[in-house]
Amino acid sequence: MKRCDALVDAGRRSFFARTAAVAAGAAAATTVAGEPAKAAPALALIEYPTRKLANLRDLKVNEPLDIGYPDDQSPGVLLKLGTRVEGGAGPDGDVVAFSTLCPHKGYPLNYSAGDKTLNCPGHYSRFDCERGGLEIWGHATQNLAQFRLRVDEAGDVHAVAVDELIYGRLSNVLQG
Amino acid sequence: MAYKRNIDRLPIPPRDAKVQNVVCHFCIVGCGYHAVSWPVDRQGGPRPDQNLFGEDLGQQQGADAGAWFSPSMYNVVKQDGRDVHLVVMPDKDCVVNSGLGSIRGARIGELSHSAVTGTLRDRLTEPMVWRYGVPTPTSWDDAIGLAAEVTRRVVEAQGEDGLIVSAYDHGGAGGGYENTWATGKLYFESMKVKNIRIHNRPAYNSEVHGTRDMGVGELNNCYEDAELADTIFVVGANPLETQTNYFLNHWVPNLRGTSLDKKKAEFGNEPVAPGRIVVVDPRRTPTIAACEVEAGKENVLHLAINSGTDLALFNAIFTEIAAKGWLDRAFIGASTTGFDEAVRANQTSIEEAARLTGLSPEDIRKAAAWIAEPKQGGARRRTMFAYEKGLIWGNDNYRTNQALVNVALATGNVGRPGGGCVRLGGHQEGYSRPDYPGGRPAPYVDQLLIGGQGGVHHVWGCDHFKTTLNAAEFKRAYKRRTDLVKAAMDSVPASDREAQVRAIMEAIRQGGLFVVNVDIVPTQIGSCAHVVLPAATSGEMNLTSMNGERRMRLTERYMDPPGSALPDCLIAARLAQALERSWRAAGKADVADRFKGYDWRTEEDAFNDGYRQHEKGGQFVTYARLRAMGTNGFQEPATGLEGAGPVAAGTTTGGTPGMVVQGPATEATRGKEVAQQAGANTGPSAAAPQTGGTERIIGTKRLYADGKFNTSDGKAKFAAAQWRGLQAEGKQAEKDKFRFLVNNGRANHVWQSVYLDQHNEFVRDRFPFPYLQVNPADMAELGLKEGDLVEVYNDSGSTQAMVWPTLSARRNETFMLFAFPSGAVGNVVSKGVNEFVIPNYKQSWGNIRKLADAPEATRKLSFKAQEYQAS
Repeated sequence: MKRCDALVDAGRRSFFARTAAVAAGAAAATTVAGEPAKAAPALALIEYPTRKLANLRDLKVNEPLDIGYPDDQSPGVLLKLGTRVEGGAGPDGDVVAFSTLCPHKGYPLNYSAGDKTLNCPGHYSRFDCERGGLEIWGHATQNLAQFRLRVDEAGDVHAVAVDELIYGRLSNVLQG
Repeated sequence: MAYKRNIDRLPIPPRDAKVQNVVCHFCIVGCGYHAVSWPVDRQGGPRPDQNLFGEDLGQQQGADAGAWFSPSMYNVVKQDGRDVHLVVMPDKDCVVNSGLGSIRGARIGELSHSAVTGTLRDRLTEPMVWRYGVPTPTSWDDAIGLAAEVTRRVVEAQGEDGLIVSAYDHGGAGGGYENTWATGKLYFESMKVKNIRIHNRPAYNSEVHGTRDMGVGELNNCYEDAELADTIFVVGANPLETQTNYFLNHWVPNLRGTSLDKKKAEFGNEPVAPGRIVVVDPRRTPTIAACEVEAGKENVLHLAINSGTDLALFNAIFTEIAAKGWLDRAFIGASTTGFDEAVRANQTSIEEAARLTGLSPEDIRKAAAWIAEPKQGGARRRTMFAYEKGLIWGNDNYRTNQALVNVALATGNVGRPGGGCVRLGGHQEGYSRPDYPGGRPAPYVDQLLIGGQGGVHHVWGCDHFKTTLNAAEFKRAYKRRTDLVKAAMDSVPASDREAQVRAIMEAIRQGGLFVVNVDIVPTQIGSCAHVVLPAATSGEMNLTSMNGERRMRLTERYMDPPGSALPDCLIAARLAQALERSWRAAGKADVADRFKGYDWRTEEDAFNDGYRQHEKGGQFVTYARLRAMGTNGFQEPATGLEGAGPVAAGTTTGGTPGMVVQGPATEATRGKEVAQQAGANTGPSAAAPQTGGTERIIGTKRLYADGKFNTSDGKAKFAAAQWRGLQAEGKQAEKDKFRFLVNNGRANHVWQSVYLDQHNEFVRDRFPFPYLQVNPADMAELGLKEGDLVEVYNDSGSTQAMVWPTLSARRNETFMLFAFPSGAVGNVVSKGVNEFVIPNYKQSWGNIRKLADAPEATRKLSFKAQEYQAS
């Protein structure tokens, strides 16, 4: 992936105070014989952490910034595309973020600035960053997980949710 | 926005989840999967001791994880009447796919019928009869009783030629040994039906008569040969998209050079190197791009021929290698006949071939050298030849097929490691039937139906409206004929069976056609049917098939069929029994007696009646043994059991159980060895092993390893196969009249005629219409933009597609998705066929005009290049 290393480094310093994942879903409840069973409380949806990824001024058009969401183990990319897209955040509606684990077999995706796509070196799958991670061609059975973004008044870009299951986890927020 | 499931977690399989064997029921590769299921009110946990995988699921799993499944692999289904969680995930231990899942197979879970999650709710669940102006649900006895009664009366009136049949004859969801046997027994043994066709071609023929007539069955190698070959020569195929995990798991390691150790181990001191590949295809496919990424452009030769000129290329290569002496003389002498005659007959200069194919003479010479020039030290170059629909559904099928096999035989590349001359295949295979009673050429069934012949049409798992050629005319005639019968049925009370049947028979006398449709989903042709019978699919029944290297496995039943749907083999049995009753009631006891022998209770009974008693080596094969052999199974034909040793290794012997019958290749073989004749030493005899055990079955890695072929003298025959231009009637005139080549084929996202994918939001969102790849300069001339809807038309008909601008498309050469429900390319494929009624889909020409600006459904799509971008 072509990256701006300085930005990546700056980014790494400025965010990733590790957010405590909110455990959701059912804990495996074990019941001791004779005791009344206690249901483990579970929420219907995962509680995602809100995570600051960068500030708008850190972003340059068509230069990908490494991020992680919902935690460091789940790599992603933050992009200012330069053209407004559906689902884009920020004043120009052109800021998007995606998981960079290929949903086929979990290989790291490369960003192709030439056509604003993420490409898998493992099996050649391609995802369109300008179309919500639509799989242009490939083997994954889902379009690319996109991180929903919120931009605050200070221009800080926060990730707040994910719209598909991230490769390699059966819960987008790790449990257990 | 792109379709998203918004699923943020999935249930974890507990430690004691049930695990069953599954083979993907889509393409011929037959990837191994596991069906993991557990009660709907239980779940495992993230700790290693809490889940089936024994992994810490509280951690991010790495690439190629065995403990991750996608939402598309998951569902909630019925199992023995109870709701269970189901995950259908790739099996890492299957040698075919090593844990890879394609975009098709990795959606098996989501493509299952679920009353809980709502997936595939459009499946057929109950028998239906045309009543009160609509298809109306009823009981099995009622629906089958009507089907049998009308069928019997039509046969009485017109003979068995009055019964026209369309039936799958493959494996996976396209048949399977249980179902092909049952339908074959019904139509070829109880009856002698000649007017029958297959799902993708308008007659009962082989797509590869050419190679079979030379004594070379078409599935003669093993997938490992793609790892061992010095050169892969692939014709008219796009395996990255159509045999995905065969390509990824067996071709790519060779192209990358990661199979070198395997080559060294196999070949000792013989020089080895990373593989090279020659791709013969008018179109630059995603396969070619991937080959270049893996092997480097210098090791990939794309021969972008003029469409339909493959034969001239093969003959020039054959001539060149003969002239250079790059031949396997010992093999030619010991195992073949007719070499010298074929060299004379097929003499084609490089220059002549260059003129016809549009290739450079240098590239043709280079291809010949990559195929056959001896390696350092004089070792024979190992070349694997592979072909599929570009050849099979292309110009002059029979001769072109033979011209390619000539090259493989001349270079000694059949039956040897790193070789083979094989079709790549579409569905898995699963053919076990009594001999077809018709002749060769077989009747052109579509023309019979269009021409008003026949009175009743039984349709098993076929949708000609999407998949046949000359489809526009076919649909017009079919609708007209079947509407006559619908009107007749609407004219009398449904409850008055005798009046119904009289009205139907009168409509048939006036040119009407009564249709019985057996399928798993509503089809386009099924909209014309008068009786619709719901079938179970793979996994809802136990089902056996073999893949492209003859690897036979059992997919276990892991869920219930929807509603009252039944396995096809049991539907055929019920139909046979109803026909017996009908004939007996009509006072024809002698005819009725022909329909005995269908007292099967399960699909395993059909398997034991068919495969075990009629297929070569069948006596060794049982459900119990297949279940124990998992997703790796064994490679057909079976030759014995481990422990007992092979009864008969090799491929061409005869006489006793386990041996191979000599004789002409029959239509029944489907790429295997010669099928045994029913009744001759083939049943589970006293010498045959007992059926209850789970001994491992010994199979056959490659056919013809002993140098003996499927001919009466055991020698493969070289063939004379001269070039004769565009062979099918009307093709040259069509080419002269219309501007654009309408090449057509498959896409990665979609399986076959989209019969399941059309109910899947992930695919429907991506491809609401079939795409038509067009060169941007052509688009500019026609005033087209990406995503626009266009009509493609010629004198055969018209159809629609959405435009995908494609830089790599040559000027005036387009490519359209095949068999799409929202635009059937068959509408513009003329009725021209070869001498054995093989259709010619690929050489079609038409014009293009705009229908509409990009509609909402296409405006949101991506039309960027399909090719992988490294940076």
